[in-house]
Amino acid sequence: MTYLADVGALARKDLLLELRARDTLPAMLLFVVSTLVVFHFVLPADSSDLAATGLLWVALLFTALLGLSRSFAAEREQGVIDGLVLAPSDRSAIWLGKTLSILAFLGLAELIALPAYALFFKPVDAALVGGVALADVGIAAVGTLLAAMATASRARELLLPLLFLPLAIPIVIGGVGASVAGQPGRYLGLLALYDALFAIICWASFEYVVTE
Amino acid sequence: MIKARALEKRYGDKRILRGVALDVAADDFLLVTGPNGSGKTTLLRLCAGLAAPTRGELEVEVERGRVGYLAHEPLVYRELTALENLDLYGRLYRVPERRERVGMLLERFGLWDARHARAGSFSRGMLQRLALCRTFLHEPSLLLLDEPYSGLDEEGAQLLDRELGERAPHSAFVVATHEPERLERFASAQLALV
Repeated sequence: MTYLADVGALARKDLLLELRARDTLPAMLLFVVSTLVVFHFVLPADSSDLAATGLLWVALLFTALLGLSRSFAAEREQGVIDGLVLAPSDRSAIWLGKTLSILAFLGLAELIALPAYALFFKPVDAALVGGVALADVGIAAVGTLLAAMATASRARELLLPLLFLPLAIPIVIGGVGASVAGQPGRYLGLLALYDALFAIICWASFEYVVTE
Repeated sequence: MIKARALEKRYGDKRILRGVALDVAADDFLLVTGPNGSGKTTLLRLCAGLAAPTRGELEVEVERGRVGYLAHEPLVYRELTALENLDLYGRLYRVPERRERVGMLLERFGLWDARHARAGSFSRGMLQRLALCRTFLHEPSLLLLDEPYSGLDEEGAQLLDRELGERAPHSAFVVATHEPERLERFASAQLALV
């Protein structure tokens, strides 16, 4: 119970910080909508729906990357991560709290992105929404760990995409597959497996990322 | 409480600390002095467990949650109020009767009236007072203080003097400072880094 209370307090703190500073979510919203607008004009009128679906996933992935790059900004700029790491609470609570807040930001960005996609390209079906929801979990879990790693580096803006994009390839395969396949179950299963596997790995390894 | 032998720390090719040895007992007050770049902050980070030594032995026989660490930076969120910052730390550090303790410390360090103001709006001195509240919040048994008087006005310095005077007999202190004369009355030992 104490662990969950710590996680809740840390996630609430991130949401409160964003509510006050507004420096991540508005940027994510602006980015995803403007990207979809650009893609709308880039794609020829007679292009297939498959291409549009692929571009949606590109937009979602890079929007997530934008949010992840800001995820430890407050901790980095004010050295707060040292205070959190020294607390007697389990250090994985820092990861889980941050993952939940990233998940909330992704969900909010997609609440705008998916209707925009439906407006510009084609209607959104349940398989696509399911794929996006499962992909968000993996993106938030892996991305939070990698963002914490990158934060410690001077080349953090370069390092995060270099670490994150290769690990996001299975998410893209699962997400695009779930969005376009006639039988999306297999791809949704792949995403769920990825989420479970990487969530456990990230949860267990976070302590080693934030300590020397 | 802390035992170090032949302690060395390097960052890449740069050697920050070399051959440091120290013993700190439960009621010791160790002053660490030395010029800029001599490794005072690094020594405190090693003792806090925030960095690992490159060579040598370091034993810190204190649980993580019993260490109070005052860094150069206040380690508080600028978008949260003083009260919210201390409440968050109090929760994570399992402080009993958290709200009362937070209120008492804010009162003691003269921040009660500013408790609902965001830390980002604080002056350097107020931030240092808030950082001191954060450091003392969980009644640590080992205090690692890096330039504790930095940014404090005379009133703030006197408040800190009083706090140190009350705690020095029953807590271990390692204090890095450029003003050893102010702390000499508390000190039981001094380590000069070069």
